[in-house]
Formats: sequence, structure tokens, C-alpha cells
Amino acid sequence: MKESVNILIVGVGGQGNILFSKILGDVFLNTGYDVKISEVHGMAQRGGSVVTYVKAGRKVFSPLIDKAEADYIIAFEKLEALRWIEFLKKEGFLIYSDYEIPPIGVITGMYEYPDVDKIVKQLGVKFCKIDILSLLSKAGNPRVQNTVMLGVFSKFMEIEENFFKKAIENNVRSEFVEINLRAFEIGRSVDLGEVRI
Amino acid sequence: MRRLMLGNQAVARGCFEAGVKVATAYPGTPSTEITEYISNYNEIYCEWAPNEKVALEVAIGASIYGKRAICSMKHVGLNVAADPLFTVSYTGVNAGLLIAVADDPGMHSSQNEQDTRNIAKAAKVPVLEPADSQECIDFVKKGFEISEKYDTPVILRLTTRVSHSQSVVKEGIREEVDYEYKKDIQKYVMMPAMARKRHEVVEKRLNDLREFAEGTDLNRIEEGKTNLAFIAAGIAYQYVKEAYPDAWVLKLGMVWPLPKKLIMDFCSRFEKVYIVEELDPFLEENIKAMGIANIVGKEVFKLTGEYSPSFIKSAVEKIYTEIPYSIAQQIPPRLPVLCPGCPHRGIFYTLSKIKDIIITGDIGCYTLGALSPFNAMDTCVCMGASVGMAHGISKASNNGKKAVAVIGDSTFVHSGITGIIDAVYNKSDIIVLILGNSTTGMTGHQDHPATGYTIRGEETYKLDLLNLCKTIGCSVVEEINPYNINENLNKINELLKVPGVKVLIAKAPCRLHKRYKYTTLKRYVDKTKCKNCKLCLSLGCPALSLKDIPVIDQNLCLGCGMCESVCRFGAINSVKE
Repeated sequence: MKESVNILIVGVGGQGNILFSKILGDVFLNTGYDVKISEVHGMAQRGGSVVTYVKAGRKVFSPLIDKAEADYIIAFEKLEALRWIEFLKKEGFLIYSDYEIPPIGVITGMYEYPDVDKIVKQLGVKFCKIDILSLLSKAGNPRVQNTVMLGVFSKFMEIEENFFKKAIENNVRSEFVEINLRAFEIGRSVDLGEVRI
Repeated sequence: MRRLMLGNQAVARGCFEAGVKVATAYPGTPSTEITEYISNYNEIYCEWAPNEKVALEVAIGASIYGKRAICSMKHVGLNVAADPLFTVSYTGVNAGLLIAVADDPGMHSSQNEQDTRNIAKAAKVPVLEPADSQECIDFVKKGFEISEKYDTPVILRLTTRVSHSQSVVKEGIREEVDYEYKKDIQKYVMMPAMARKRHEVVEKRLNDLREFAEGTDLNRIEEGKTNLAFIAAGIAYQYVKEAYPDAWVLKLGMVWPLPKKLIMDFCSRFEKVYIVEELDPFLEENIKAMGIANIVGKEVFKLTGEYSPSFIKSAVEKIYTEIPYSIAQQIPPRLPVLCPGCPHRGIFYTLSKIKDIIITGDIGCYTLGALSPFNAMDTCVCMGASVGMAHGISKASNNGKKAVAVIGDSTFVHSGITGIIDAVYNKSDIIVLILGNSTTGMTGHQDHPATGYTIRGEETYKLDLLNLCKTIGCSVVEEINPYNINENLNKINELLKVPGVKVLIAKAPCRLHKRYKYTTLKRYVDKTKCKNCKLCLSLGCPALSLKDIPVIDQNLCLGCGMCESVCRFGAINSVKE
């Protein structure tokens, strides 16, 4: 793996953002890195936009990732991918779920939900879009989107698969370990096609 | 073993290792998890107090009795606890007393951005400021030692990015610490004759602490390879180190009182020294007051919001990072919303239909009633303010404009009760809606005296808000079901004409709380009956959205039925799963 890696995890409150970052943090810790994770709480829990920062490296000082500093943005919701896009490095990579959760302004007709796919292509960002609904129906549980996404992301890291599985076991309540491991496998089996790291 | 730990979790771990026996708090982001994590340690008595003032008084009692105690709160909570704080500074402690206060630069979940260091200085108590989770553990232990050695309460100042960041720690073992209780009215009874003597003691103690600050390894100089020099503490230190790994840094772990000699010596070595601190120019002003002139502070660094490594770089060198990907068009904002099924929705929908009232709001999930689509709140100042402000408005308007206060049950117990007593006593004409969701929702479902459970989930006496309000003299006290929109609309309109302090307790537990079970009859929209009037969308329920006509997301719907009750065409029905 590289000397250091900055990962931004974005989504909507309740999507399992924090659990995802905890598992990822454990993976880096167990592969010998210094790790810092920062999360935003409070009002964001109530359906607001949520961001978590995961940083790994030889020595990590700031827990924050600034604009133009993220190697990866992992978005659990399409619109949130756009909201945080300024944080991506020029050579960074966007991995986003095509799950749509319209914000209240869209529901009430004040705003329009933008055409995210089109904008992402226009920007020329390197990206990987995950058709999450079909993967979730394979998993049989809509609440494991985060672990499916972890499975996808694991393919971008030169870290042995077992580190991820172990970290899932350590961080997920015992009754949910099995379904999460299955979700991870489903994510990991996604064909990244032309996508290159 | 190396492991990742949240800053707040590390404070709790530090308390465990330091032999703390009593922990108290009122929940407040970003401090809440300290006490939640402590509740996992059976060695520590632990509680939710009704407010921060009471919490601190409990901790003071434990300390004087001879047991190490911690009281945790967010910055605005320290205002509530300021009264006992300023005097416990005089009495001092017996066993160590630590007050963990979490500031919130950037106001991720707060109503202001105040800087705890100012209050600490005014109260003449020392302040330690950790910069990561390992330091959270270490500084808690150090804090108790200082507290006992110098006979003082110690403030542990945290900020959101320390409280809510995870970094690597090593755990230690618990040390048991006990002191004898000795009656000492000269020390613990602060009537004027004794307090005058204690003030002398406090001033001497501050001088002793200044000496301590010079020598302690809490403050250290990190040598650099360039001529760039910084003074920083807490999270700002991390930002400096990341922005300038080769610079000289005087890292302060103790931010009050300050080590004058160490700072003067450090500053004399450089042409100029940058002082990097979020929020107020606390270090800057105090260092300037030492007669040191070659420092640069708030003339380049901002007074508001959070810092970051690139902010520091841009302030020092005036260089800005180029943003490779940015979007010209406006992205729809994603404001927080009341959850699907939330009982508060019914109340705010109802209130939004009433014209010509002023709605005073309060701190909690229901503050969201101020936002679209309800726009049903005029004010929000601090915990408990809704009741007093409604009373003020009714008096100021000579009851021309009617005032309705909304307040949660947890907040009501925190500091709404005294407001009601005032309103009743002074013959007010207001309506108070207590939104009783049987939990402290916004901070993550903590219990309080009206839930009937302790922090560890044990059953306890349940404060009866209905009888309480009757007892303190409210003219009307009734329980209502917040889901009955039409009924409540009539009732509130009726009560607006009735004199006195009228209390309606909208009782329905938080839909997300595991303890409370609802039978779920999910709703669906009958396409054949829907006239697409979109009235249901004005409920602002996240489960409802507009496709061609409104549709209900079955993954999100919790079956509260409010949409069914507002639909005029009978197009929304329940279907049993």
C-alpha cells in the first residue's frame, strides 16, 4: 500500500457511515499504520449530510481531510458524492452508490435532484458507480449497504482480504456478522471492469 | 494492545484507570459519550443528572467525601454549571475533581461557539487540553494528580475534533484512590468570613500552578529544522504539525495558567512566533500581556469556526490549494429533518396551521420545527429558555400576541420547570407544549428523570410531568396524542382564549428508541384516489417523496399514520405487513 491514504466517507445520517469507518480504521491499524478517524455528530444524525474522515499513514497528525486532499471518496448516496467532490485530489477516485435519498427541499419541490451521473462524467473524475439496489437484493437486507461498499473498496487497497473480514467480525454485533460478511463478499465480487486504480 | 479509541471514550478510559468513583453529566454533543462509555465500567457510579449545575454539585460532593469524580458537559453546559464552578474553585477539593468540557468550534451541533478557557480563567481553575485520544487518557490521570496536589478542580478542555476523533491508544490498569472525609467548615462552608480567606488561597494556588506549568512535561518544545515557530494546543497543534512538520512548536498541554518563562524563552529565539488557536485569542492576549511582542495571531487566523492544516498554510503563506473538481450549479442542501414517524411532526404541522402566534422553541430534536416545511418556531436560545421567553412575550405584548412554548421532556426537567413556576407566579397567559418523547432524542436516546430509567437502564422512580405541572399551579394540564392533528388544532385554538399557564403534554415516545414498541401499519398511496394535491408532502416526512404523485418509501415508513390523517381524499391507507 501507499505511504498514506486519505478516505472521505459521505452519506446521509443512518446509512452506517461510522461503522464503515470503524471497520476500515481497524483494517489499517492491524496492517501497522497510524490511523485517525473523525466523525461529525449531533444534528447530522437526523437525516442530514454526514461525513467521516479516515486517514492512515506512518504518522497521522490532523484527523481532518481538507479540500483537494482525499485519495478516495466513498459515497453511500449519490447527491452526497457531489456535495463533497471538492475534497477529491486531482488523481483521486470516487466510488459512489447510486442510492437516492431526496433531501427535504427536493421532496417539497423547492429544488431538483441533480443528474449526478452526468455531472460526474463532465467533471472528468475517475469514478466507480455501484448499482447498489441489485447488490442489496442479493444480500437480502437493505441495511448492509455499507459493508457491500466496503467489499468494493477493499479491491482498491493492496491489503489482504482477511484483514477486512477480521475487522468486520470485531466491529459488528455477533448476530449480524454473517450477513455482513456475505455483503462484503457481494461487494468484493463486483466487476470493476475498466476501472483502474 | 494498540487500539483505536474515540476521544470521549479515551476520557472515560482515563477515568477508569485513574480510579474515578463518581461520574455525572447532562448529555450534550460533543461531550455525551464520555459518560456513556463510563457507564460500561461497573467500578464507577454513573448518572444522568437533570442539568449541568446539579451534575457538578454531585461531583463536588463526591470529591469532598474523598472519591475521585468527573462531571462532563458541553461548553454551553458550563454556563449552567458556572455557579457551583466559581465557588468550588474556592473550596477546593478532597479527592480529585475533573470537569470535562467539550467546546464546539464550527458549531456542528451548538447554538454558539464560546471558548471555555475564558470561563476557566475567570473561575481561576487550571485547564488541560489534550490533542488526541492517548493524551485524553494521560491528561485525565494527570488532571486528577494536579487536582489533588493543588487542591483545585481541573478543567479538561476538549473540542469536537478531539472528542469525536478516533486515534491510537494503549490501555493501562486501574489504580484505586481514596481519601478520608474530614469536616472542615473553613474550607467547605463559603460564607463571607471563610470565603475571604479562601480567595487568598486561590490566588496563591494560581501562582503555584504557574510555577508547575514551567516545569511540567505537559508543555514541551518540539525542535524544528526551519525558522518557522508556533505555539499551539489541542487539535490546533495537530494542524500545525501536519502543515509544517519541520517547524518549531511549543505545544501547550496546560493552557491555563501559562508558563511565562517557557513562553518568553521560546519566543526570544525567533523573529516571530505564530499562535494558532481556534475560537478566542486566549493564548495570544495572555502572551501579549507578558510583554511579548513578536507574535502573530488573530491578525492572520480567523476568530470563528474550525481550523485545518490548509487553513493554517494559507494564513501563514497566503497560498491557496487549487480545487481540481468543483461544481458550478447549486447542490440541494440536506438539512436535518424530523425522522419518519416522529411525534414532533404532528405538533409542528398543527402549529404551522395557527396564525398570529409566536412560538418560542428550545434545544432538542424539535428545534428542527423551525425549518421548512413547518417554519413553526420563532426563537431558540438555550436549554429551558422557551418557557421564560414565552412568558416575557406575553407580558410585553400585554397578551395581544399569544405565545406558545415548545420544550422537550428532557429539556423541561433540565430547566423548564423554573420557567413554568415563574410564569404561574406572575400570572402569565401562555401555552406550553411539552413534547414528551420519553428520551433525550437529539444526543442519542439518553434517559432522564421522566423516563423512569437510569443511565444503566435500571428502573427508577418516574417523574410525573402531568402531576408536577398541576402541583406548581398551571391552570390547564392535559396529555394529548401528537398524532391527532385535527383534534390538537382545535384544542390549541381553544386554549389560546383561556387565561393562565396551560400545559399540554404531547405524549408519544421517540419512534427510533429501542425501548418503545409501535405496531407498524405501513401506509401506501392509492393511485386511483390520489388527486396529487401534495398536502401530505407538507408534513416533511422523509418517507414521502414525489414521483408522478406522492409515494411512500416502504423502507423508511414507520406507520405513524399522520399522512393518512391529513389526506383529504382518503388516498393514503394502511396495509398490514
